[in-house]
Amino acid sequence: MIPIPELKRIATQIRRDIIRQTSRCASGHPGGSLGCAEFFTALYFRILRKKLPFSMEGKGEDVFFLSNGHISPVFYSALARSGYFPVEELNTFRKINSRLQGHPTTHEGLPGVRMSSGSLGQGVSVALGAALAKRLDKDPGLVFALTGDGELQEGQIWEALMAAAHYKIDNLIVTVDWNGQQIDGPNDKVISLGNLPGKWESFGWEVLLMNGNDMEDVISTFELAISKTGEKKPVVILMKTIMGCGVDFMEGNYKWHGVAPNAEQTEIALAQLEETLGDF
Amino acid sequence: MWDKYQSTKKSATRNGFGEGFLEAGRNNPQVVGLCADLIGSLKMDAFEKEFPERFFQTGVAEANMMGMAAGMATMGKIPYTGTFANFSTGRVYDQIRQSIAYSGKNVKICASHAGVTLGEDGATHQILEDIGMMKMLPGMCVINPADASQTKKAAIAISNYKGPVYLRFGRPDWPVFLENEEFEIGKALVLKEGKDLSIFATGHMLWQALEAVRILEQEGIDCELINIHTIKPLDEQAILKSVRKTNRVVSCEEHQRAGGLGDSIAQVLVRYHPCRQEYVAVNDTFGESGKPLELLEKYGLGVSDVIKSVKKILE
Repeated sequence: MIPIPELKRIATQIRRDIIRQTSRCASGHPGGSLGCAEFFTALYFRILRKKLPFSMEGKGEDVFFLSNGHISPVFYSALARSGYFPVEELNTFRKINSRLQGHPTTHEGLPGVRMSSGSLGQGVSVALGAALAKRLDKDPGLVFALTGDGELQEGQIWEALMAAAHYKIDNLIVTVDWNGQQIDGPNDKVISLGNLPGKWESFGWEVLLMNGNDMEDVISTFELAISKTGEKKPVVILMKTIMGCGVDFMEGNYKWHGVAPNAEQTEIALAQLEETLGDF
Repeated sequence: MWDKYQSTKKSATRNGFGEGFLEAGRNNPQVVGLCADLIGSLKMDAFEKEFPERFFQTGVAEANMMGMAAGMATMGKIPYTGTFANFSTGRVYDQIRQSIAYSGKNVKICASHAGVTLGEDGATHQILEDIGMMKMLPGMCVINPADASQTKKAAIAISNYKGPVYLRFGRPDWPVFLENEEFEIGKALVLKEGKDLSIFATGHMLWQALEAVRILEQEGIDCELINIHTIKPLDEQAILKSVRKTNRVVSCEEHQRAGGLGDSIAQVLVRYHPCRQEYVAVNDTFGESGKPLELLEKYGLGVSDVIKSVKKILE
């Protein structure tokens, strides 16, 4: 088991990868990616019971679906750093003939990706279907999914929430990246999410809160969530994060949702993030 | 004597789907079903009864149903989704595009009540654009069987086909006349050879075309009649083999002219064998409430419309 100080070092390298990927192609979504560095590190280096080489059907293992596909830089970095594909391939992000498309896809056969995402609101439904299939197969693997908070404005999400509770699905852990920001500004200004914990509870979900930028809390909340599976109820983790976390001039600023840092900004950002595992 | 296609009985194509779906489920334990509150209409009840643990009522939430099916397919299941054609396509186009087609998932989108023959419910439910929408998606197989027996065979065949499929069928009782014909995805079915022109028909319109061919034969017009049940992948060789002989085409479909079978055939003709073509199809309009046969007549899909198109092209 990788100890927490080491997980933190991995998260820092993943943050460097995010900055360097988006900077090199001058596009992509660094803000939400940086905010989810702890989540992906914990998931891929500690929590998921996964098997390599990658198999699409994921028999007997835990599987993960990313619904807010625009945070692909953090997803790709976590996949590469945990052995799904060579780290050097991060160089190809968003470039022609790459498996690392702007938004993740199965179409180019990138190991670790089980579903295309980008058009929002679809991933919880997909994860629910996978969880039902695993239950049918008596497969002990759990299904994890991540959605954004702005994404919760999509109606399909609530269809999936209603259905998951109806089926009493209890091998599914959904996390919401609750950074409070979306492209056009704060959630509260765009379309308020209101009482988010209350909404999920009223849809029949077990609701946990987590500080997504505190590795200790991420690990312990994941462990708590896993302990709550098998109780005839789906589990959601409402994960408070800071958009752009780890890079001071990006933190909490929605303007970094979908803008890549320029050369000067990249230099400033990287100076704040120690190269712990070696850059790609 | 070519005409062995007598109607032995009438049965809705959706009945054939229900039977085929059940048989596919018996043949393969990976087959699962999902339905958005239309189990009876889709004739999925026999499967649900026999395999309750493999069947998922999703409620009136088609977008979620498509996503669930994609997730199940990812884990190795062969999901059949069931709802009306309108709610199987336009309502959930983006879910199909991203989570099923682009993701390459082995989902079978089974769509009933397509076209004007849905009848009294009217234009909100009578989708006439679905073939076009679905055939444009890369990798999507599109099948529109002509009678209940062919629908049953298609519903079984798609379980053995790897990849996303759109299976389109309908509501009304309809002649059953293809019981003795084999079905193979992507392989056109020649009902009658002829020298004067080629009629290519799909779905309910095959029977209309067949009736027309019988009448025209009495008048000395020798039609070739070919059933294109699989609109994608299209059996281009069968089409070209026929038109190289006849040089004239009439296409028949219960769909908009734009984007349907006729357009798929026209693309083949324009590239390999330019010749005249008449469309028997709905001409850029919505349907309305009425009885299926009344609607077929009103919207240019009657037997007489097929005859008119044949005569026009022979002028």
